[in-house]
Amino acid sequence: MRTIQVEQITEAVAQMCKEAAYYLPEDVYQALKKGRETEESPVGRDVLDQIIKNAEIAKAEDRPICQDTGMTIVFLEVGQDLHIEGGSLNDAINAGVAKGYTEGYLRKSVVAEPLFDRKNTQNNTPAIIYTQMVPGDKLKIEIEPKGFGSENKSDIKMLVPADGVEGVKKAVMDIILHASCNPCPPMVVGVGIGGTMDKAAYYSKRALLRPLTVRNEHPKYAQLEKDLLDMINKTGIGPQLGGTTSALAVNIEWGPTHIAGLPVAVTICCHATRHSKRVL
Amino acid sequence: MAEKIRITTPLTEEASRKLKAGDSVLISGVIYSARDAAHKVMTEALARGEKLPIDWHNQIVYYLGPTPAKPGNPIGSCGPTTAGRMDAYTPTMLEQGIKGMIGKGSREPEVIESMKKNGATYFAAVGGAAAFISKSVKKYEVIAYPELGPEALAALTVEDFPAIVVIDSEGNNFYEIGQKPYRRL
Repeated sequence: MRTIQVEQITEAVAQMCKEAAYYLPEDVYQALKKGRETEESPVGRDVLDQIIKNAEIAKAEDRPICQDTGMTIVFLEVGQDLHIEGGSLNDAINAGVAKGYTEGYLRKSVVAEPLFDRKNTQNNTPAIIYTQMVPGDKLKIEIEPKGFGSENKSDIKMLVPADGVEGVKKAVMDIILHASCNPCPPMVVGVGIGGTMDKAAYYSKRALLRPLTVRNEHPKYAQLEKDLLDMINKTGIGPQLGGTTSALAVNIEWGPTHIAGLPVAVTICCHATRHSKRVL
Repeated sequence: MAEKIRITTPLTEEASRKLKAGDSVLISGVIYSARDAAHKVMTEALARGEKLPIDWHNQIVYYLGPTPAKPGNPIGSCGPTTAGRMDAYTPTMLEQGIKGMIGKGSREPEVIESMKKNGATYFAAVGGAAAFISKSVKKYEVIAYPELGPEALAALTVEDFPAIVVIDSEGNNFYEIGQKPYRRL
């Protein structure tokens, strides 16, 4: 049995929140540069130039890439042989989010209650925390700050088995076409297929953590990722004001489902597809 | 890219009506930031017959909720937020004399009709280019509703703030015009 103190977790999360806000992952940066080379629209090229320059300024000056520094989504893998000492794991994570967002001059964008009062909690907590128990004695923490310009365009469709691959393609494209210029394209599209309604949405969020250069291990899903990316780049949406670079990647995650169902969830992320990872 | 058009605030109806969808502009002068909560508070105040904290005549509103400024900087990162969320309030606000709006994303037909009537222009700034855009902001001053935090009503002094006319005062929409040549589905 290995022991770690909650303070270590809090400190790691605080640092990760800042890193994720300031430093665009290298694979996303490279995908933007590649998009700039092939973009056909002159306005689209101007937009991509601004986006690339923005990532460079943010990195050089430790400034948030986007003013929407997001609601913090945390994916935990907790080794079952790990003992966490000194307090509650969730409290430690939330303390880290509060610390990181305050120290890092990040925008606090969370309201405590969604409908009537909508009062800002002033420290960006609570985070959305997904916890999974795994073998071993390590704690893996992945952070995905999610902006809501793109989150508001995310959606889910409960298909039936007869809808098949074509149904999945249509569902994804309907969501993308409805989102159009709004989610700050070029987008990164996370697709979750299978599970239940909520699990499909979870898969679609997890899919955004995978590097854009890595395709699904299952060849048929990898092909579907390529087909969907190709279709999205033919919509004309482009980098916000029209063009050929509408999305940088489509990442699919899938899981077992019920004999009667075929849930498809799409989490749309903007070009600032931010995340950071640490293993304690 | 065609040459960028320099505009200074206040933006008169005449100047606004000259701008065409697809024009690239650089804005200088004072613009005012307001987003969801500020719009809600202002339209509620108008409904009660109260005066607003500023005179919106010939002004530009920027849909923005910036990150806090680091010491030594006038403002944090400050890219545009989704304009469509303001659509429910926009016709009322345009009646107050606003001639320019800066945001990102599409607008409802009612908003476009009100823009035509009032001679207003909708500009897009690049969504997410918030660190880059912050370079053009020289001063940030909260004018009203400080309790709204990042949603407070504030005055920004800007120099060469980069934007593109997406919907002009005749209702031409560059989101549609710009996408068409590249749609191959």
